[in-house]
Amino acid sequence: MKLPYYPGCTLKANAANFEEAAMRVMKDLGYELQEMKDWVCCGTVFSMTNDDLMLQLASIRNLLRAEEQNLNELVVLCSMCYNTLQRAKKFITEDEESLDKVNDLMYKENIRYKGSVDVTHLLTVLKDRITFDRIKEKVEKPLSLLKIGGYYGCLLLRPKEFAIDDFEDPTIIEDLLSSLGAESIVFPYRLECCGAYQTITKKDVTIKRTYEIINSARKSGCEAIVTSCPLCAFNLDQRQKETAEEFIEFEQMPVFYFTELMSVALGGGWDKSWSKLHYADPEPILKEKGLI
Amino acid sequence: MSYKMTRDIIKNSLVQKIEELSGQNVFDCYQCGNCSSGCPVVDYMDIMPNQVLRLAQLGATEDILNSETIWICSACLQCSTRCPKGVEVAKVMEALRSINLRKRIGTLDPKKIEIEDLQNLPPIALVGAFRKLTG
Repeated sequence: MKLPYYPGCTLKANAANFEEAAMRVMKDLGYELQEMKDWVCCGTVFSMTNDDLMLQLASIRNLLRAEEQNLNELVVLCSMCYNTLQRAKKFITEDEESLDKVNDLMYKENIRYKGSVDVTHLLTVLKDRITFDRIKEKVEKPLSLLKIGGYYGCLLLRPKEFAIDDFEDPTIIEDLLSSLGAESIVFPYRLECCGAYQTITKKDVTIKRTYEIINSARKSGCEAIVTSCPLCAFNLDQRQKETAEEFIEFEQMPVFYFTELMSVALGGGWDKSWSKLHYADPEPILKEKGLI
Repeated sequence: MSYKMTRDIIKNSLVQKIEELSGQNVFDCYQCGNCSSGCPVVDYMDIMPNQVLRLAQLGATEDILNSETIWICSACLQCSTRCPKGVEVAKVMEALRSINLRKRIGTLDPKKIEIEDLQNLPPIALVGAFRKLTG
């Protein structure tokens, strides 16, 4: 079965491992993520100012392209794309005047945007359509003995109307990890912001966030954490270098995309090239547990 | 002598601008502090999120526009989801940033990004920062 898929920029660069693993996993589960044509940047962050519709154009243009290609849904992997597309869609379509204005701004497009395309996160597809029971049946290499925490960050859960699960007490990532045979651990900082784009302008804030979030996971017994956001992954993984320079007692912890661990568990294996996109080396723990 | 203080007297044009941009009524806030207690970066702020709302209610807009707080906020929306009065505090922060950015105050200077960072940063970080920190 084919699912129309919107990748977003970072999945073609720093988070290529996230996408590659997703492709493998979905194939194993009998689905194909079919990349939509002519997509552009989603806008990355939703603009919350009421008066500037120009800032919504990047998101809306993707949804318009999907309509043009007769797609009624876009499946996304990246938390930021998911969040930005959803919020832009609501902001523009719930007000007729905004919808008109945005269409006027995109006058060179072939069609006028209607607002008919749904945006779905892959985790929701796994939970509701494929189901975790089915995933459990397909597991070839259970992640047993792997103690792992699900890190949600902000954009899968807030604003609450677009939360993929309960916005204060989600279990979707933990349930997925349990279905893969891992020991999933709930840790206190799993819903907290990683510092996001402040990683450029306020690096010290992000470093402290990384320190607090990784330590919170470690204190709760996690050996690694998983995420679905390439920016969280950058801040929590790549910024561990600076975090260790700032806090001498800081210990590294691998940060996985959920699709990478799914690939390992479902028999798709681990690709050596994925390790290069990580800072904290993920291979030792996988080898220790006999998973690669 | 009795004197009736109304929001029309207190509310200056900048408060009106904040409300217009954010779509929020700053006078809805009753200072419970939920926003500040949930904020993950509050320890870096010079004014706490609930104080930003209080200062806006009092018309002290210059103080909040010049605060470090509005640039520390990363729009994680924890404050907005936890406000019992439904005030989207993150939108107020965004409005305050926008008022500054539209006057070219606080804009991101690409020259200040470290070279090593530029080589390693994912597109998602760069585009996000430029979108949030340009006018």
